[in-house]
Amino acid sequence: MAAVLEVRDLQVRFATPDGEVSAVNGVSFDVNESECVGIVGESGSGKSQLFMAVMGLLAKNGRTLGSAKYRGTELVGMPVDKLNKIRGDKIAMIFQDSMTGLTPHLRIGRQMTEVLEEHKGMGGADARARALDMLNLVRIPEAARRLNQYPHELSGGMRQRVMIAMALLCEPELLIADEPTTALDVTVQAQILELMADLKRVTKAAVVLITHDLGTVAGLCDKVQVMYGGRFMETGDVRQIFYKPQHPYTKGLLSSMPRLTEDRRTTLYAIPGQPPNLQRLPAGCPFQERCEFVHQRCVDELPLLQEARPGQFKACHLESLEHPVDDPTRAAIPAEAMPPVIRDVRTA
Amino acid sequence: MPPVENAELLRVQDLKVHFPIRTGGIVFGQYTPLKAVDGVSFSLKAGETLGIVGESGCGKSTLGRGILQLIKPTDGKVVFLGNEMTSMAGEQLRAQRQHMQIVFQDPLASLNPRMTVGDIIAEPLTVFFPKMSVAERKAKVKALMAKVGLLPQMINRYPHEFSGGQCQRIGIARAMIVDPKMVICDEPVSALDVSIQAQIVNLLMDLQQEFGLSLLFISHDLSVVRHVSHRVMVLYLGKVMEIASRDSIYAEPLHPYTQALISAVPIPDPDLEKNKQRIVLGGDLPSPMNPPSGCVFRTRCPRATDICAQVVPKLEEKAPGHQVACHHWGPPAQALV
Repeated sequence: MAAVLEVRDLQVRFATPDGEVSAVNGVSFDVNESECVGIVGESGSGKSQLFMAVMGLLAKNGRTLGSAKYRGTELVGMPVDKLNKIRGDKIAMIFQDSMTGLTPHLRIGRQMTEVLEEHKGMGGADARARALDMLNLVRIPEAARRLNQYPHELSGGMRQRVMIAMALLCEPELLIADEPTTALDVTVQAQILELMADLKRVTKAAVVLITHDLGTVAGLCDKVQVMYGGRFMETGDVRQIFYKPQHPYTKGLLSSMPRLTEDRRTTLYAIPGQPPNLQRLPAGCPFQERCEFVHQRCVDELPLLQEARPGQFKACHLESLEHPVDDPTRAAIPAEAMPPVIRDVRTA
Repeated sequence: MPPVENAELLRVQDLKVHFPIRTGGIVFGQYTPLKAVDGVSFSLKAGETLGIVGESGCGKSTLGRGILQLIKPTDGKVVFLGNEMTSMAGEQLRAQRQHMQIVFQDPLASLNPRMTVGDIIAEPLTVFFPKMSVAERKAKVKALMAKVGLLPQMINRYPHEFSGGQCQRIGIARAMIVDPKMVICDEPVSALDVSIQAQIVNLLMDLQQEFGLSLLFISHDLSVVRHVSHRVMVLYLGKVMEIASRDSIYAEPLHPYTQALISAVPIPDPDLEKNKQRIVLGGDLPSPMNPPSGCVFRTRCPRATDICAQVVPKLEEKAPGHQVACHHWGPPAQALV
């Protein structure tokens, strides 16, 4: 399978008055043809900025290091006019907030035909017909009428459908969806997820789904990459990640979610502590302050992604999660050197 | 989860909160009521958690505010500890509110950025116990900070120095400082990251156990509601669709809307999720300004027939402790999860 997107050692830094903030700290991965990759992480994990950097959409104070290639063409540092030929055409993006993602003063029809004029040189009736087809494809009721409406006249779920239709206009090879259902109600979210699953079958586009919701990832994705502190903690096949997580963070995330399918527990497992401050990331593992298996090596040395099981990679010094205590590399660090949240867990 | 005592703490009867909205022109326009909450009745026992679920615009937050009298209800009764609250005002109402507190959704926005954490948490004390000495107040605040998982030495910091989860702990401490009997939690974990949600849910349940609190847990997240609630109430366009104990509502929901809601929840399990037959409702929530005639859910309901457009279904007990408002109530046709 050929890679649509190849990212190598990508870093994203922001200059702020308080010094430089590293949002993404060197990630490498491929997105292959007709594959759906889930990028999971909490707020501040760098999951959105990673793809904003790939699309050349970083804020002014941001800069990108490393490489991101679309079909062999380097995107990092590409001049805007050349980049504009690719994004919107070959690579399309769906944003979380459909109200700000659409231009408020242009009718839906105009916003859609503009894309076709720009990239395909289509005009007038042809472009309008194609826009109408796309709205029908995403199952918008009374599509012809919608073309003449403004974004504020549509409901949130309908606007999200318009965004998806717009992204699909030029039959992109890569579709990046950044939290496409987060702002929607449960029943509307179900409609959009159903739609995306169907579109995945119909179009041949590779899809990147950026989300904090493990539930949506489970239903749609083939591969999952878990981010924390601007790095990948674990990557692998969706079933490996959900059924056999190898990283304490992934495992913690999965067990901290209450589920409809299991017997109720009295207490939820909770990962202690707070997400890291990106301005002051610790030297070793970014998850060290919240990890119940932390040992000296985690403080001293950054764990790199290594193959834990075939096809599944983890960035963790632990030999295995099944028997973390028997780990030969484990040299417990003194309790007083540990952050207080961990101390409580350990002594409990 | 602590056992529920039998004493009734709160009874809400046919509560209505209508907002007048001007429609039409300035001169010839008129006021049309927007029925945010339209005839909701339920009761809450001491030590019990009632989960209130529904989509945005179903009136779940307005209901919470209507109970606290933060918004004056248009009609209906709120009986708290045997006292009718809708007719109360001023000092009388204030005295009641000591026992009913609220935790808001947006942790940072609900804290005054110019007050220190200590002052924020102590503010209810200055309102309800003005004679309490400063030292005593401070000691109480510090003790409670430790209880909700904040370091007491952070008492002089400001809200912006805390993360979202910590801010929510401050909001919970502010609600708990006056030993309330009931706390209304309005989407307390929706704005938080997955790993922090579990911390706050655990904290609320621990506090409930320790102080015998009653909780009204308003949320759109059905998994979290299932975890914390004894009973669950489902709202749609300001009306109660179904109310039952947690186990019966999740195991055998009788209302088609509840069934669709449960079926719509994505489950973090790839095999289950990929093979599941989701009940997908068509369309969007109708405008509350112009709700459908008869049953408000009929425009999206897979079971709707003629009668649904003509007769408003009454909320009736169809199984022990299980109330449903539907002409075509019945168990789901397929497995939901």
